[in-house]
Amino acid sequence: MDVGQLQTRFVDYRKSMFCEGLLDSQFIQLQQLQDESNPDFVVEVVSLFFEDSEKLLNELSKTLGQQTIDFKKVDAHVHQLKGSSSSIGAQRVKNACIAFRNYCEEENIEGCLRCVQQAKQEYFLVKGKLETLFRLEQQIVVAGGVIPMVE
Amino acid sequence: MASSSSSSSSSKGLDEEERPHVLAVDDSLVDRKLIERLLTNCACKVTTAENGQRALEFLGLGDGQHTVDNSDLKVNLIITDYCMPGMTGYELLKKVKESSNLREIPVVIVSSENVPTRINKCLEEGAQEFMLKPLKQSDVKKLRYYMMRLGQPCNGMLCMGR
Repeated sequence: MDVGQLQTRFVDYRKSMFCEGLLDSQFIQLQQLQDESNPDFVVEVVSLFFEDSEKLLNELSKTLGQQTIDFKKVDAHVHQLKGSSSSIGAQRVKNACIAFRNYCEEENIEGCLRCVQQAKQEYFLVKGKLETLFRLEQQIVVAGGVIPMVE
Repeated sequence: MASSSSSSSSSKGLDEEERPHVLAVDDSLVDRKLIERLLTNCACKVTTAENGQRALEFLGLGDGQHTVDNSDLKVNLIITDYCMPGMTGYELLKKVKESSNLREIPVVIVSSENVPTRINKCLEEGAQEFMLKPLKQSDVKKLRYYMMRLGQPCNGMLCMGR
């Protein structure tokens, strides 16, 4: 594949992520913060998001598996996950967290258990796609091309 | 080296001394990284703290510390998350405003939640502004106005963004 084809593939893939609601405009903010002096900014922030999220999702599963559930603790974790997903533009993860917090408030165990599954699903989906996106980006760089900016 | 602050393109040319120094407080690593980049993109020097206690220690208000004069620290703005475990951003705001040395430093509170009572509470306690997360570049540009060097009153020529 030549550079042009790699770039088209990248742009299309990124566009689809926005169309599917996986990413929102906050992700564009991140991309705009990347430049020659900070060429890996997006990957760096997103990597922090991955680490943070996996820790939180594990904690959530653990906390929800207790005999007596500490809903305040669950809510605190979901709040954090909502915050970081919102900060990087991971829209569907963020939305899953919003629903989750409602169930926490109601102390609805069933609802919370469903929500943690939903949050995990959305997280792994966006993670996989972002990793693919970064791979496509790398292919352009390796081929000596420029990464197309978001219109 | 451009010392004029009326052109935003001179921001990259400002030397160490002239860049406003911002203390950014947030328990989220993702958000600390983001705010740091947003601020450095606006030609600010940034110190981050992961909680209120660390922020206070940096400001010289930690337990057992003798208070330092802000002219040594030269912090031009504090930007803090509201929801933090331990000390909230509101509590940090209060401590700063209670300090005779530090109360002049503008404090901006950020939160992911738009709660009017929370906003009013912070503004009443002396917060300069309350902003909603996630922060964008345009939000941070607005903050430049507050970041005038202490002792150098704004003569209306400060850049407020493009």
